[in-house]
Amino acid sequence: MERAEVYSRLADVFRDVFDREVSLADATTAADVPGWDSLNHITLIGTIEDEFDVKFPMKDVVGMKNVGELVDKIIELSA
Amino acid sequence: MNGHEPLRSLLRWPFACKALARKRPALRRALLERPGLLEKRIAVLGGSTTHDVVAFLELFLLDNGIRPTFYESEYNQWWEDAVFGNPALDAFRPDVVFIHTSVRNVRDWPALGAEASESGVEETVAKWRTAWEKIAEKFNCPIIQNNFDYLPYRLLGNLDGTDLRGRVNFVRRLNAAFAKYARTHDGLSINDICWQAADFGLARWHDEAYWCLYKYAMSREALPTVAFNVANIVKALFGKNKKALALDLDNTLWGGVVGDDGPENLELGTETAVGQSYTEFQQYLKDLSKTGVLLNVISKNEPENAKAGLAHPQMVLKEDDFISVKANWEPKSENLRLMAEELSLLPESFVFVDDNPAEREIVRQQVPDAAVPEIGQVEDYVSALDHGGWFEAVRLSGDDLKRNAMYRENAQRAQLQSRFTDYGAYLDSLEMKGTIRPFEPVYMSRIAQLTNKSNQFNLTTRRYTQEEIERTAADDAFITRYGRLEDRFGDNGVVAISIGELKGDALELVLWLMSCRVLKRDMEFAMMDEMVAAARARGAKTIRGFYYPTAKNGMVRDFYKTQGFAKVSEDVQGNAVWELDVSNGYEPRNHHIKIER
Repeated sequence: MERAEVYSRLADVFRDVFDREVSLADATTAADVPGWDSLNHITLIGTIEDEFDVKFPMKDVVGMKNVGELVDKIIELSA
Repeated sequence: MNGHEPLRSLLRWPFACKALARKRPALRRALLERPGLLEKRIAVLGGSTTHDVVAFLELFLLDNGIRPTFYESEYNQWWEDAVFGNPALDAFRPDVVFIHTSVRNVRDWPALGAEASESGVEETVAKWRTAWEKIAEKFNCPIIQNNFDYLPYRLLGNLDGTDLRGRVNFVRRLNAAFAKYARTHDGLSINDICWQAADFGLARWHDEAYWCLYKYAMSREALPTVAFNVANIVKALFGKNKKALALDLDNTLWGGVVGDDGPENLELGTETAVGQSYTEFQQYLKDLSKTGVLLNVISKNEPENAKAGLAHPQMVLKEDDFISVKANWEPKSENLRLMAEELSLLPESFVFVDDNPAEREIVRQQVPDAAVPEIGQVEDYVSALDHGGWFEAVRLSGDDLKRNAMYRENAQRAQLQSRFTDYGAYLDSLEMKGTIRPFEPVYMSRIAQLTNKSNQFNLTTRRYTQEEIERTAADDAFITRYGRLEDRFGDNGVVAISIGELKGDALELVLWLMSCRVLKRDMEFAMMDEMVAAARARGAKTIRGFYYPTAKNGMVRDFYKTQGFAKVSEDVQGNAVWELDVSNGYEPRNHHIKIER
């Protein structure tokens, strides 16, 4: 899957979960997105798993630092 | 709200958790637009993460017309919050407390290396009981408590359910102890997650990754099921459940079209698989009616064809099992409205069951608050209706069990009335006997139920929990009266409730309601006679009544005028205050009911 496609589908997920447009880049972290707290993070990860039909291993869920790493992981898991 | 129907259908069983989780913000916004939401404060005390449970619970409650605000305990602080209190929780003053604990919170399992013994249950239950007692003492509000689900493993295999040291066995004993407490304590309702997990599938119910990562007691996919069930209990607590079914005939209660195929060719009975499905659906409905759900028919048929079908020898449901049968060619939405009016129910109290999607659609559009489930194929009907949770009850009262009989008696009264030209003579012929007394312990649950269910003949629409009713009854500043009414056709049970508060030399009628099943029987006059007599005995010179208009209580706008009161004030919303001077006596107005005190 192309990064651009992953980003476009991620943007849909973020819009639904946070109920607003969110601009995403590789360096984006939770601190940059209002409402992305530890509780909404659970909903976000679950919704991303649903959208891309992937299941993140537990070590990755706790290890991902920013949106760039998230996108890498999605591409890796859906390959 | 009709435009939001595709969104709202996400809130119907079986839940598409992925879509529901994702569309939650949009759904929430749409549901908040609906007028007339009932505001309730719900404290959620969790033994695991409650974030998503609360988010889903909010949606299901909004869908039922209840707008919740939440208090959430810090992670796993359910017991500390309940037992030691917490200023934020105290200030919140919950209307309901929901304790979201699960098998993950069981600590003291029976020792595996020791002799088998019956003990251990009491120690664990005592921990929860302390919490329930403290909450009851402090907040005097209903408590909803999860029972326990099974663990995702069995150390002893099948023996785990048999051996007293087995954890399956221990969970069963704990659940039996919770249920026993709930049976003897009206304030506690059990949310049966043990059954929910079985229905959902235990292997999918547990999610070890979500437990270890986020401390979710059950998988994300299972949370809508849990929240839905809690919402059903809340809605039952506040009287928002459905009361009646309106059932189609052709291809709903039997296979085939009676007008075309003839009654002898209907699929019904145990000879064929399809016939058996209809028979089992009918048996389910018959059993449901014994819990107080009213069965009715709305069918597009010639009346004599419908009658012939209902008389089919293989019918489990007989004509007598139905309160009202409408077989004609009018739109079903019109029939439903008319039926509701005749039974003194609101159209929204009905669940409409029809195999025809076009009929479902017209009722959905024309009667927006009636429930209109998708029911699938005949073999799915029972499951579809059962999983709707529309008839959830907090308690099964004696009145619930007799309800069908009472509505049938009402139909007989209507027949008798048609023989009289003088209404007073008709009332006398009913040989009515009333009992009007201060609130008594055996009726507290019924009285609370009535304050939550009565919408039409209700002057102030004030809702009470059973605990509040008990407190009011014990308080000297209040005069309380319930009214029962019997007549030659049967016992209507407790049908009228009045609460007055003594303020100086006035009695203020803070609650005045009556069940619509005894409309135009003069019971309201009998109640007023008793309240006035009690008020005068306590030195009151004025009786003050209030009318607060709602979308549903227009029928009592002029109630106090009929009772001889004078209007003192009325604001632009129509909230009115009425007074009756009783300092120089009072002329009783009930002449047709013999009253026992």
